[in-house]
Amino acid sequence: MTNPGMDADIYDAFIEQLQRYVRERLIPAEDQLEELGRVPDDILAEMRDMGLFGVTMPEQYGGAGMNISQYVGFIREIAYASPAYRSIVSINIGMVCKSLLGFGTEQQKEYWLPKLATGSIAAFGLTEPDSGSDSAAMKTRAVRDGNGYVLNGTKRYITNAPFADMILVMARTNAEPLPKNAHVSAFLVPRDAPGVSIGKPDGKMGQAGSQIADVILEDVHVDGDALLGGEEGIGFRAAMQSLDNGRLSVAAASVGYAKRMLDAGLKYAMERKAFGEPIANFQLIQAMLADSKAEIYAADCMLNDACARADRGEKILVEAAATKMFASEMCGRVADRVVQIHGGAGYLKEYLAERFYRDCRIYRIYEGTTQIQQLVIAKNMIRDYAG
Amino acid sequence: MKILVPVKRVLDYNVKPRVKADGTGVDLANVKMSMNPFDEIGVEEAIRLKEKGVATEIVAVSVGPAKAQETLRTALAMGADRAILVQTDDEVEPLALAKIFKAIADAEAPGLVILGKQAIDGDNNQTGQMLAALTGWAQGTFASAVNVEGDHVSVTREVDGGLETVKLKLPAIVTTDLRLNEPRYASLPNIMKAKSKPLDTKTPADYGVDTAPRVKTVKVSEPPVRSAGVKVADVDDLVAKLKAIGVHS
Ligand SMILES: Cc1cc2nc3c(=O)[nH]c(=O)nc-3n(C[C@H](O)[C@H](O)[C@H](O)COP(=O)(O)OP(=O)(O)OC[C@H]3O[C@@H](n4cnc5c(N)ncnc54)[C@H](O)[C@@H]3O)c2cc1C
Ligand SMILES: Cc1cc2nc3c(=O)[nH]c(=O)nc-3n(C[C@H](O)[C@H](O)[C@H](O)COP(=O)(O)OP(=O)(O)OC[C@H]3O[C@@H](n4cnc5c(N)ncnc54)[C@H](O)[C@@H]3O)c2cc1C
Repeated sequence: MTNPGMDADIYDAFIEQLQRYVRERLIPAEDQLEELGRVPDDILAEMRDMGLFGVTMPEQYGGAGMNISQYVGFIREIAYASPAYRSIVSINIGMVCKSLLGFGTEQQKEYWLPKLATGSIAAFGLTEPDSGSDSAAMKTRAVRDGNGYVLNGTKRYITNAPFADMILVMARTNAEPLPKNAHVSAFLVPRDAPGVSIGKPDGKMGQAGSQIADVILEDVHVDGDALLGGEEGIGFRAAMQSLDNGRLSVAAASVGYAKRMLDAGLKYAMERKAFGEPIANFQLIQAMLADSKAEIYAADCMLNDACARADRGEKILVEAAATKMFASEMCGRVADRVVQIHGGAGYLKEYLAERFYRDCRIYRIYEGTTQIQQLVIAKNMIRDYAG
Repeated sequence: MKILVPVKRVLDYNVKPRVKADGTGVDLANVKMSMNPFDEIGVEEAIRLKEKGVATEIVAVSVGPAKAQETLRTALAMGADRAILVQTDDEVEPLALAKIFKAIADAEAPGLVILGKQAIDGDNNQTGQMLAALTGWAQGTFASAVNVEGDHVSVTREVDGGLETVKLKLPAIVTTDLRLNEPRYASLPNIMKAKSKPLDTKTPADYGVDTAPRVKTVKVSEPPVRSAGVKVADVDDLVAKLKAIGVHS
């Protein structure tokens, strides 16, 4: 069954407005964003008014009902600006709403989705100090207590934690590992629940406008209705399904940002002169421009194909992993070339190339490192061969 | 009070125009089109007047091809209440446009008509003035501020050497300049809502207007490429150069 998403003419009209908004508002606010360490309040208010938090939500919960292709197209546009803007919307949409839509009870959807669609900020708590790639090895415990649960543990590197209104926390409801990671459950935890504290924001290499921090859970009592889907053991499945979406989102972010970098690289190459002519005239510079253009195009095509498959209802585990891996690695290569094209200027804070280079490094790490994507792809190949 | 806001679909302001090989006009095939920026400012001003409680209804009008519907939908998504498309594939000149707007103004009886001072394609800067002449209404062109007070509107105009404020009796014609306001972006929820707002389709003939051109375009060509400048060593050199090309004796 194909998901047609929202009407194409409405979508196109929205993308047109968004492209302008990105270029006329979000990009000019980047310096302020970096300085503040978060999305400026007026911009965040505009992003809410523009309806950016509800794009994939069904209309009944106050959203616009985009399908995956449309959502990814939206991310690609917003990611032309600083990655921090994507981070603030995509955790809501791609991770938390996706989990709620896929696994939440009707009551949970009715309570949370309209809030999230209008821009309450969400965080996704999977990683821990001792478990990242091997996330099922998490230590955070949820122990039954009457009708509800008591949560204890620490989540690490949690994007948006310092300003989140709610956190989707993955925790074990079983001390022993169970088949299919059924020891993991997911909990919808309000940020202000007693016992929840947020660590000091971590200093990072890039994306100064986005924040990550520890989420510390000390005897946090939640009601039974905080358990996602009202069912123990589905937390890992929910997280992995969100990650499929998240991987496409990171791939789209890589493509959007790579386009921005290449535009800057081309502009510099056309304007900068060496040996009496624009450096764009030199074939070695042209090779860097051409390789970047071709690789962006390839990643874009992979994304379009993976999204179309997902919208047709196909499982896209391998496609999502391959697209995320290729697009994020591609983005890193483009960033490196764009620094190179800038020569000495590429190494200086004064030029954007230096920031681009730092900002996009994380794309190869979160939502599954490149190595984890390789594992996913190869494991499936081997399993299919074995039959 | 009702406000009428004409909006034109033009080549997007970010697109570099290219002249057709046969010199008959600008190539519009497969290029991005959007609302004339001065008209966007007009729509925004009308919405602000409505938000202030001065206006009660905003009617957007476009004369152009079927695709101009998209431009009207943008106006509706920004906040106009309904739209009229006067559909024609002809190039409509300012006088014929003014006649169509006059006919619509007669039917709708708006308190204000807010037009862009010009469209960025033809740069004619005529339609508003012609409409004022045809209706006999007062006009405030190149507006950088618009304030409605009772049965008057005061319009601050950007003129050579500064600002001039005129007080006009309503109904009146206003044309917008760039500094009047910063138009809002249409939000996704409003774009969705705009789809169900009314949009009437008419033709110039419905208003009894003949759009046959009165101006013949002889040839359209790219502007000449600017030749590179020359560096002069000092004032004497400059004077000598100017003498050589005959601009200084
Ligand atoms: C800026 C930022 C934002 C983040 N946001 C969030 C968030 O919002 N929510 C959240 O839950 N997490 C978040 N994370 C955590 C992120 O998902 C993890 O950092 C990532 O999954 C890697 O885990 P790790 O850091 O523990 O690395 P490790 O798992 O320790 O990996 C270290 C290295 O070992 C490699 N490796 C691990 N296992 C294998 C294997 N089996 N085979 C081959 N190589 C392997 C990895 O590829 C990597 O190169 C964020 C991290 C950062 C830096
Ligand atoms: C941290 C730092 C420290 C420095 N320290 C010193 C110092 O102590 N003393 C000093 O004198 N300089 C110093 N420099 C300057 C440095 O040596 C230059 O930045 C470097 O030589 C590159 O020159 P450029 O920046 O002008 O780049 P450009 O020459 O403008 O090069 C831009 C791009 O064009 C390419 N390019 C240029 N010509 C061609 C061609 N013909 N064919 C193909 N590609 C071409 C380059 O490879 C590069 O990719 C320093 C620079 C930095 C960033």
